[in-house]
Amino acid sequence: MKLSVRDLAVTRGGLAILEGVSFDLAPGEALVLRGPNGIGKTTLLRSVAGLQPPETGSVTGAEDQIAYAAHSDGLKAMLSVTENLRFWASVFGLSEIDAALVAFDLTSLRNRMAGTLSAGQKRRLGLARLVVTGRPIWVLDEPTVSLDVASVALFAEAVRGHLKSGGSALMATHIDLGLTEARVLDLTPFRAKPRTRQMDEAFL
Amino acid sequence: MKALLVRDLMLAIRAGGGFGLGLSFFLIVTVLVPFGVGPQTELLSRIAPGILWIGALLACLLSLDRILALDWEDGSLDLLATAPLPMEGIVSIKALAHWITTGLPLVLAAPVLGVLLSLPIPAYQWVVISLAVGTPALSVIGTFGAALTVGIKRGGLLMSLLVLPLYVPTLIFGAEVARRGAEGLTVQAPLLLLAGISFGVIALLPFASAAVLRINLR
Repeated sequence: MKLSVRDLAVTRGGLAILEGVSFDLAPGEALVLRGPNGIGKTTLLRSVAGLQPPETGSVTGAEDQIAYAAHSDGLKAMLSVTENLRFWASVFGLSEIDAALVAFDLTSLRNRMAGTLSAGQKRRLGLARLVVTGRPIWVLDEPTVSLDVASVALFAEAVRGHLKSGGSALMATHIDLGLTEARVLDLTPFRAKPRTRQMDEAFL
Repeated sequence: MKALLVRDLMLAIRAGGGFGLGLSFFLIVTVLVPFGVGPQTELLSRIAPGILWIGALLACLLSLDRILALDWEDGSLDLLATAPLPMEGIVSIKALAHWITTGLPLVLAAPVLGVLLSLPIPAYQWVVISLAVGTPALSVIGTFGAALTVGIKRGGLLMSLLVLPLYVPTLIFGAEVARRGAEGLTVQAPLLLLAGISFGVIALLPFASAAVLRINLR
């Protein structure tokens, strides 16, 4: 199913930061969002994921299709790697987690408590969560934070596999993943013009 | 849904606090009150039903900010919001998990601790029944308070201020059931009202909690 974003405007803290953003993401495609800090990449991704209603514009084709990965991984320190993944798999109505463990090289860590993992290992577990959701559109916010070169390669491989199987990925990242097929969208031209704030926002 | 409940219960057991915190607070209150009141068994047994109810209510309050704040901090709440679970279901399960880890142990411990307060014999069953009927309301109302204050740093105090007034009707009717039971009066009217409050909040408040949670997640 194609994700299409039309004329989207988003606000952060009541201030408009991006406007007029439009793009399409067909199955098998990857789109990388770029732009300086504070331009609104995270806010845009949250809007696409449905966590935040857009100011204007529309997002279609996202309903129940999106696996979202943010800065924090949503891991429970007191659960083991397998238990964390099992939980997310069953929330999404699935149970298969072995492929995800292999894809992110977590097999040897499977019985460790998530709280005892290093930052990079936690991140890998957070990304493995995407695989177990079985959702076709991955929305990723800085997925490579605290990953080393080898893990970034693992991640790029996982994204490539996901694209090949008909999925798509929308990500905000600064580093080059080596995904040559990914399109790049620079958000700088979409920065919102300054305008007066609408009063009723204070009450919502 | 079931996975979420199992995970919350597992975390409550493993992280200690869940089962132990409310229960040990309840224990401390009921142990300390007789020392404060002094050796007047007759007075103590008169106030015992009320003390048990206040102790249970405060023990419940103690663990409310854990319901949603932990999931907010580690980002699970955002991820759950994008999962195929309805938000109303998520907050209901959270309230149920809180009741199982806090309310249910209190119901079971109340008759044991009643001995310390020289609770009159006929009151035992009514204290247990009123707590069993009333504590689910405490968990559901508490989840609403937790949803209102999620994302606020040190929101615990604000949440107590918001939640305590909402607890008053439950406390009044719950303690009334226990008191009337202790005096051998008919308990039908306050018990029905207490059950009405519980069923009412269980049916309606999850929608309000889900709505405020959606706003707070923006």
